[in-house]
Amino acid sequence: MLYEFMKRDINKKINRRNFLKVTGIGATVTAAGLMGCKRDNRVSAAGNILGEIPTDKMTYRTGPKGDRVSLLGYGCMRWPTRRKPDGSGMEIDQETVNSLVDYAISHGVNYFDTAPVYVQGWSEASTGIALSRHPRESYYIATKSSGRNTLESGIAMYHKSLQDLQVDYLDYYLLHNIGRSMDDYNSRFIDNGLLDFFLKEREAGRIRNLGWSFHGNVEVFDEILNSRNDWDFVQIQLNYQDWEHAVEGRNVNAKYLYEELTKRNIPVVVMEPLLGGLLARVQQQVLIEFKKDRPNDSAAQWAFRFAGTPENILTVLSGMVYMEHLQENVYTYSPLQPMSDQEYSILGEVVEILTNTDYIQCTTCEYCMPCKYGLDIPGIFAHYNNCVSSGSLLKSSSDENYKKARREFLVGYDRSVPKLRQAAHCTECEECLSKCPQRIQITRELQRVNAYAELLKTRSEF
Amino acid sequence: MLRKIRVYLALLCFSFITLLFLDFTGTLHLWLGWLAKMQVVPAILAGNLVLITVLFVLTVLFGRIYCSVICPLGVLQDCVSNVSARRKGKKNRFNYSKAMSWIRYGIFGLYVVGIIVGISVIVTLLDPYAIFGRIAENLLAPLYRLGNAFLATLAESVNSYRFYTTDVWIKNGLVFGIAIAMLIIVSVMAWYNGRIYCNSVCPVGTTLGFISRFSIYRIRFNEDKCTGCGLCEKRCKASCIDSRNKLIDYSRCVTCFNCIDNCKSGAITYTPSFSFGTRKVKVSDPLLKKEHAMVRENTKGIERASFLAILGSLTLANTIKAQQLQVDGGLADIIDKKVPDRQTPVVPPGAESLSNMKRRCVACQLCVSACPNNILRPSGKLSTFMQPEMSFERGYCRPECVECSRVCPSGAIKEITAADKSAISIGHAVWIKDNCVVYTEELVCTTCERHCPTKAITLVPVNPESEQPQGPSMGFPGMNRRPVLKYPRGG
Repeated sequence: MLYEFMKRDINKKINRRNFLKVTGIGATVTAAGLMGCKRDNRVSAAGNILGEIPTDKMTYRTGPKGDRVSLLGYGCMRWPTRRKPDGSGMEIDQETVNSLVDYAISHGVNYFDTAPVYVQGWSEASTGIALSRHPRESYYIATKSSGRNTLESGIAMYHKSLQDLQVDYLDYYLLHNIGRSMDDYNSRFIDNGLLDFFLKEREAGRIRNLGWSFHGNVEVFDEILNSRNDWDFVQIQLNYQDWEHAVEGRNVNAKYLYEELTKRNIPVVVMEPLLGGLLARVQQQVLIEFKKDRPNDSAAQWAFRFAGTPENILTVLSGMVYMEHLQENVYTYSPLQPMSDQEYSILGEVVEILTNTDYIQCTTCEYCMPCKYGLDIPGIFAHYNNCVSSGSLLKSSSDENYKKARREFLVGYDRSVPKLRQAAHCTECEECLSKCPQRIQITRELQRVNAYAELLKTRSEF
Repeated sequence: MLRKIRVYLALLCFSFITLLFLDFTGTLHLWLGWLAKMQVVPAILAGNLVLITVLFVLTVLFGRIYCSVICPLGVLQDCVSNVSARRKGKKNRFNYSKAMSWIRYGIFGLYVVGIIVGISVIVTLLDPYAIFGRIAENLLAPLYRLGNAFLATLAESVNSYRFYTTDVWIKNGLVFGIAIAMLIIVSVMAWYNGRIYCNSVCPVGTTLGFISRFSIYRIRFNEDKCTGCGLCEKRCKASCIDSRNKLIDYSRCVTCFNCIDNCKSGAITYTPSFSFGTRKVKVSDPLLKKEHAMVRENTKGIERASFLAILGSLTLANTIKAQQLQVDGGLADIIDKKVPDRQTPVVPPGAESLSNMKRRCVACQLCVSACPNNILRPSGKLSTFMQPEMSFERGYCRPECVECSRVCPSGAIKEITAADKSAISIGHAVWIKDNCVVYTEELVCTTCERHCPTKAITLVPVNPESEQPQGPSMGFPGMNRRPVLKYPRGG
């Protein structure tokens, strides 16, 4: 079943910022990237010539304790994995991680964001190995606490983070993924006294900045924000789609969150600047809009410039798997060219196009995984989204490209998701629903994908 | 010249029929399906009078052309024999021998009894087409599919959807072993003795031999030209030419024309003769008798039988142990489904009844190889040995698929449409409570109801008394006469 693993792995990698399926350009470049060669070329994943990538032009913002933080932050939730040499499962590809981290640091990136639960629990140790090869003062570490039922397990998680990251203090420490409800927040951090413990650690200097990452309801956001006046920073989901068009019930408009935080002088860390890669694989119509204004910029560059422009943004996190992603992002922020008013209005039109499509707003964060019935939820959604972005999702069985699109969907479905992990096997246990930070109605969307697959399999008219 | 035509025709038929077993896309059957249908035993079992007449007339006119051109096992033996003959000094390696009548007629008798009484093992084990089918499905098809998987990997790497992979698996170890054994037995016999299998074991060969004694066109000696060199005998893979006495056993001659080709003096011809007049259509001919018997049998045997069968646990055995570690990502293991011990085999819709399947199926495995959902596999039970049965560990019998009914050459699976299929009951799904997550994990689950294409499953609350659907609120597939009770989801 080696083949199966390879398939899954490759599929996972290419859905991150998969331009080639969308636009058909740069296919060879990305393919070369997949093969692991051409590490130091100067070509972006979109096939644009970037030119020289500066090592000393990075834009920096000033943190609460006077930190000089690079505008590009490294999200460590998507480190590349590979099969273990003895074939007994997967492991992190540490050599690649090291080379990515080295490149990032040498090009001015100094903020690294990880968490104990990332990459099946392997992220912190791997990030620690890569960073410990550099002087401690040359980087800032951000990691998170999931909160636990008991104080002891919460503290144990904190100590394990220090140990795995091979450091004796943390620069930024976050209460992870809060905002679902006050009950949830209270039970994880307040009732057990865990937050008090973190506050003491901050006094002792072992946590330099204490903040939280937010996904959820606006009421909870307001309440937690107002519960204390000493939050050092807050991490929110911000991108040009979520700015004013966050899907209701799933997220809060980033504009509101940003303005509330800015009012209180709390620096903002941005996550999901690409909305899980969705904003990098936009459809042709959107790309044409972009090209008219800035012919050489990729869709990802637009998204990053948008996320980095507001002054109160401390850093913009990006989970970069490939050197090409890293290079392009470094280039975008070295230095940042702030968005103009005209560009803002173009993005307004783009959002109009984006919010009117069949996309499932999955960011492949894998918080829902593992599904206990074995489904590959992000894999299923990624395949469906790929079909949406390549324009091969059929509106009707009498569409001109029916035969071709049907084959592509079904053959591609089996390729990217093994049969027993496909949407048909969902039992609607709904355990995943509460785990999804995008508040996707996962079971309903799985049924939608399955219904579409069934229509094609049975050759029904629709 | 005649030999060349025979060789090319034979190779053409042979490759086409082999392709039938290799093709998993279902496209070739549209064009070449008739080749399987015109095999003698399938045609007889299907009661196809037109094809039986065609084959009969063909043999009456030209002798056992069937054996040397149409029968894939015959051609396979010729291929082996051909290789054997390429060894040094082995080109003219045959000698006349007497027919092994006891074995020959003994097996034939057994076969006729097998067909009439319905001992399917005898029928399936000895039918030459089925023997070849099992070799092709068990030994060639996996290689073909592995090759296809390689192409699919290549196609995937360049984002092409031209090829897709299919599962390669041994569907029944015993049948796999029998396919290998038969390949070895037939090949060894052909290596040393040419067509000895066809003339002493094969019941189809024996049957056609009865007719070919009286066929119009046959191999003849021109005694004026013959020098008595014996080359014809040396090249006769059927060992049926007695060159010394200038006699030919027409019941064993497979009209391969090797003797004509080999005769230096042009003393052997293939010419018509009407000297036998009325004898060739004698009603007492055993084949005709058998045909009549079969036709009567078949019309009587067509009946719709309903029978119970355990369809097994649907998706439910597919339960998973969740990963204990609370981290993001990764995939839960999928536990293999268990094969339930079915007392009654489940056979494809279109089979009409278990008895129809048992009586008509020659176990050629064409349907097994055509099944795109990996459901059909050869039976391991003695009474239906090697005949197809269904099991659902690898997929489901999808409502739109009627592949097996399209390919069956012998009428064991009648051709049906997708609409017919949805109206045919092939069994009764048995709900296994121990495997149902509604009970094992106290979940609300409606998967089976949602997936059932015929809407045969109706869910009712676990506890109809309670107002609140506590935990599991639904369960109980298969009770489609009970009222449907819909509860708000998500309790």
